[in-house]
Formats: sequence, structure tokens, C-alpha cells
Amino acid sequence: MMMLSSAESQTSGTLSDRIARVAITGSAFLAIISLILIFIFIGKEALPIFTSAAIGEEADLGKLFLPQPTREGAKPEYTWQPISEVPKYSLLPLLAGTLKVTIIATLIAIPLAVLAALYTAEFAPPWARETVKPAIEILAGIPSVVVGFFCLMVMAGWLHSIFGWTFRLNAVTAGIGLSLAVIPIVYTVCEDAFSSVPQTYRDGSIAMGASSWQTASRVVLPAAMPGVLAACVLGFGRAIGETMIVLMASGNAAILSLSPTDSIRTFSATIAAELGEVVVGSAHYHVLFFIGAFLFLITFGINLFGHWWVGRLQKRLQGAS
Amino acid sequence: MLERAKVVGGIFQFICILACLIIIAMLAIILGDILIHGAGSISLEFLTQAPEAGMTGGGIFPAIFGTFALVVLMTVAVIPLGVATAIYMHEYAPKRSRTVQLVRLAIQNLAGVPAIVFGLFGLGFFIEFVGRGIDHALYGGELVYGQPAIIWASLTLALLTMPTVVVATEEALRAIPQSYREVAYSLGATRWQMIRRVVLPQAVGGILTGGILAVSRGSGEVAPVMFTGAAYFLPELPGKLSDQFMELGYHVYVMTTQSPDVEATKPLLYATVLVLLSLTFLLNFSAIIIRAQIRKRLRYGR
Repeated sequence: MMMLSSAESQTSGTLSDRIARVAITGSAFLAIISLILIFIFIGKEALPIFTSAAIGEEADLGKLFLPQPTREGAKPEYTWQPISEVPKYSLLPLLAGTLKVTIIATLIAIPLAVLAALYTAEFAPPWARETVKPAIEILAGIPSVVVGFFCLMVMAGWLHSIFGWTFRLNAVTAGIGLSLAVIPIVYTVCEDAFSSVPQTYRDGSIAMGASSWQTASRVVLPAAMPGVLAACVLGFGRAIGETMIVLMASGNAAILSLSPTDSIRTFSATIAAELGEVVVGSAHYHVLFFIGAFLFLITFGINLFGHWWVGRLQKRLQGAS
Repeated sequence: MLERAKVVGGIFQFICILACLIIIAMLAIILGDILIHGAGSISLEFLTQAPEAGMTGGGIFPAIFGTFALVVLMTVAVIPLGVATAIYMHEYAPKRSRTVQLVRLAIQNLAGVPAIVFGLFGLGFFIEFVGRGIDHALYGGELVYGQPAIIWASLTLALLTMPTVVVATEEALRAIPQSYREVAYSLGATRWQMIRRVVLPQAVGGILTGGILAVSRGSGEVAPVMFTGAAYFLPELPGKLSDQFMELGYHVYVMTTQSPDVEATKPLLYATVLVLLSLTFLLNFSAIIIRAQIRKRLRYGR
């Protein structure tokens, strides 16, 4: 590095060098600038909910989060009905739907992905590793609209005829589809975590007479546990923002319930389904951007935390080896 | 005692293998179902004609063309930006500096932003802000760029796929032996000359990988383009940057959820899904092969 910087000071004089330096440095900051722009431009459209009296009349924070009377004299309820005479913008049914499908998807995806990653990192013979890894890559490469199509057209019918649920499209159907989008990211982060466990840990364990399975479950898994947790968090972040699968397979009915077999409507699907028809500048428009800002902040926080946590683990394991 | 450990180990092994098998089985079921139902309906007419009779007949040529145009525009935008970012982080900035960490953090977070949020951003920034701005400045307020258009959809996708290009390019830059750079400097090359003549030619494989992966990702995304330019049905192919376009993924979504007669559209729908899948797999597969070559060099090259 020393040599590079001295070379730079000698030759930074030529014009093309200076232009290249400015252009390349400028583009490098584009990622940061884009993130800031995303924050500003989504936040800007969400802001009128707090600041504009006219918008607030239809949708202020109370209307978004507290129960509202649906009719004159009726009991206040949580309802998402943006297209009606008196639009109702309660976010709670959407929040319930989003959490339900996200939790179902991560509950399916995490055990599968963690165990598969442990198997490929620790004991799989080369041929098995060369089967599972490309399979995961293929899975990651399937467009989510294709998964959504499959859930809607094929899987929903199978599950419906087996279990006979009231709703053909429900949180479980969408959750299974969504787990397919979560498995690759959990698998990848876990596999990285397992392979960054120093070989000396394993050698020590084997030397003490432990079998490879005892080594995996008692030494490697605990040592890589923070990485596994980060994988789960990142998987959750992936699931909460995924759109096409839940848009197509969840039924899109904003029902506030705990039952996993009710139809649901998620935040992401609500934006996708409604933004196309909404009047720019209306209360509905700003509420959709408010939901978008919420999704952005949640996933941003989750990713920040997840990557920081992974980095810390790697530093610690490298220090230990 | 030893017996018990063996049994527990065996059960543990079985559970791990079962997890792998379940994942592979889910994948196989999806791919098999689509292949079996889709293969029969693909023909030359299907690939070269426009949809007819409310999408129950004809082909998907406009959607194929639109997807192609979309990803070409996206590539033109994302490759220079992604490659420049990777070069900055690996060749210009001091290693482990604050700036590099910040840029890397931004790239990681950009990769985690949900696709639908990119769609919102495309609408709020590119269309409502940039597009409207251009219309006011150049067209006297007439609506030309201030509405969904292929240019805005492709720029939105370029932002979404930028992390892919950066990561792949960085990996290729790391594979280039440091001695190459030192030799270039010792011969009197400036930094830019060194990058242009030594680093970039060596990194072509990685850049190609990143580009292919970005195209593969971009050609399947629907959520970011739904509001920024994709259309249900258009009689004409897009001819200018401000035109709307049809897209394969969006076409699948529309045919699946909005079709008046699901049974009648089903064969064509399956065929469309198969075309989309084949396209993304072909791209991913070639990227995997190129990347394997680079990794081999990374392992033995130094």
C-alpha cells in the first residue's frame, strides 16, 4: 500500500487520471446517496400524514393505529378499507397479516436452512455438497413471481384439498411459499458462519475423542451461534419485505385475527395492489408511502444489525484462531 | 455409552439430510410442475407473436421484447456504476478506511431494501420528481417523462441490482495478483493507466458475472417495475425511452391474478413461466460457470 500511494503522488498530475479519480470516487458514493434519496423521497411522501391538516382529517396517527367507528354509533373497530365512502386506514390488520406470514415463513425456513448448512459445511461428502449448494443457488434464482404463481395455481389447491381450510389462500399457503425466498439467505449466512469457525476447534474436539456429529453439535454450532442468529434476523428482514409471493398467495383480505388459516393482507402486498390505482397526493397515497417508509426503516434496521453482528462474530473467530 | 452416542449421532445425521432433501424436493416439485405443464405450449408462434383474445391466445413476443429492452437499459446504467464503485473500494481508497466501510455498509443495506420500496422510490423520485422536472424544463409541463416509462423502470432496477455487480467485480479484483499492479507502476504507469490496461482486462470475467447475475435478477423482478413502467397490454413495442412496456414477470402476474378465464389462459401461463424461468436459469448458469473459473484462478493464481 505504501508503494501505491507514493506512485499516486508522482503521477496524479495527468488530466485523464484526475478525471478518472473524480468519476470513480463519485460513483462510489452513489450507493450512499441512493440510500439517502430513498429515505428522503419516501419519507417526504409519508410526512403529510403528520403535517397536513387536510390529509390528517382522513388519516392521522390515531386513525392508523386506534380503533375507529365503522358506522354512526357502531363499536369502534380496526378496519382497512381505503376505498369506501368513509375511508378506513387502520394498519393493525395489515400488521397482523405481515407478522403472521413472516413468522410462519421463518419458522419453516430456519430449521431447514440451518440444518442443511450444517450438513454441507461439516459432514457432507463432496458429491452431496455439490448437489445441495447449486440447488440453493437455483432456488435463490427463481423469480418471486414464479413462486407466487406456483403457490396460487398449484400448491394452494393441494393444501386446500388435504386440510379443507375455509380460505383457499391463507397465511400458511403464503408462508410456505415465502419460506422458499428465505431459505437461500439463511443458508448462505449460516454456511459462512460455520466455515469461519477455525479448524483448530474441530481438531481439538476430534482429538478428545468426539465424533464428527458431537463436534458439529457441541463445538461448531455453539461457536457459530451468533452467525446463525444473524442469519435468522436477515431471513426475517427478507421475508417482511417480499411482495409478489404474498400478493399472489395470501388472499389479500385484511382480516384482524390470530388464526394462521385466515386470508391475510400484508404491508408489501397492500402497496403493490393499491398504488397503481391511487390518486397521487390523496390521503390513501400518503398512507401507502407511510407503509413503505415503515418497511424501509424496519428492513434497514434489521440489515444494519445483522451485518454488524456477522462482522463482529468473524472478527472474534479470527482473533481466536 | 458409546452405543448411545452413535444412535444420537445417527438421528442427528438423518435430520440434517432430511432438511437437505426437503429443500431439494420443494425445488424439484416446482421446476417439474412448470416443465411438465409448460413445455407443450411453447412454439415458435408463441415466442414471436403478440397476445390475442384477452391473452387466451397468441404469444408473448411483446413481453420478451420489453424485458430485453428493460434489462439492456438497466445494464447500461448499472455496469459502469457498479464497476466504478468496486474499483474505488479496491484500488483507490485506502483499505479499511472509514469511507470504504461506509460505502460497503450502504451496498449491503441497498441489497436488503425490499423490492417494493424500490418501486415506491422509482415512482416518488424518478417519475414525480425527475420526470416532472424534465417535463417542466423541456416540454412546458406537457406529460412526457413524468409518467411510468421504460427509462424509469430500468433505472429503478439498476439501483436494485447494483450490489450484485459491485460484489462480483470486487471478487474479480481480489483475484488479480498484487504483483501485476506493481509491475505496471514500475513501468511508469499512472493509476488510471494501470487500472485501464491491467486491472480492467483481468477483471472482465468478474464484471461479466456481475452483469449476468444483475440481468437475471432484473428480468424476474416485478414489484419495482409495476408502477414505474410495466403495462398490462400494449399493441405497440416500446420505441422511445418514455414509452411503457410489457414485461415477462408482470405478464405472469397479470395473467395469474386478473385473467377472466383462468382455465383458458393456463397453458399459455405455464408456457410464459417456463420461458421466464429458462431465461433466468440460463443467465445464472453461465454466471456460475464464469465465477467458477475466476475462483479457480483465485486459488491457484498467486
